[in-house]
Amino acid sequence: MADKPSAGCARPTGGPVGEKVEEMESFAPKPEKEERKMIQVGKKAPDFVAPAYHKGEFTSEKLSDHLGKWVVLCFYPGDFTFV
Amino acid sequence: MSVDSMFVHKMWNDKELSKMVEGGVPFPMLSDAGGKVGSVYGIYDEDAGVETRGRFIIDPDGVVQGFEVLTPPVGRNVAETLRQIQAFQLVRESKGSEATPSGWKPGKMTLKPGPDLVGKVWEVWKTDMASD
Repeated sequence: MADKPSAGCARPTGGPVGEKVEEMESFAPKPEKEERKMIQVGKKAPDFVAPAYHKGEFTSEKLSDHLGKWVVLCFYPGDFTFV
Repeated sequence: MSVDSMFVHKMWNDKELSKMVEGGVPFPMLSDAGGKVGSVYGIYDEDAGVETRGRFIIDPDGVVQGFEVLTPPVGRNVAETLRQIQAFQLVRESKGSEATPSGWKPGKMTLKPGPDLVGKVWEVWKTDMASD
């Protein structure tokens, strides 16, 4: 019997269990993992476009559409995660 | 912005957040499936599959002026974010001629960096001003 997931602020996740599944052999070269980089202050914020919910409508938001205004961009672990 | 879909954002807004804030969330709730944007901003937690509590202040030129990243269980302080924006706005309006010392809030004195101020900050700024 699996343990109940705790109702913490991080979204509970699962994954494969038991015997390891043989990885399929791939002939394509594996993409090199890009090195993780943190944003730098004083440098341009990377532009992006993202689907959004805003006042009853589904919209699309592009960061660069907000040039000329101050923007606060907030990330959070997930909807309904308490904090 | 979180990895949730805009549909879940709608449910969270309609079922819970609109009961905390009249009229619901006033700003767009962005969806970042797979954490693609969060990865570029360096705050996506690949192991957990969620974004951490990253907060970025971006100025009118699209330049990042400040950020803060917290692990999930601790919430942010919105007043501190607003204070920082006010400070960045003041510095921007002064075209960099003024700086806001530690503990600055609107109405408190600023510093005007220059040759006359070198070694003289102790005369105009006291340590208790950092937290009053």
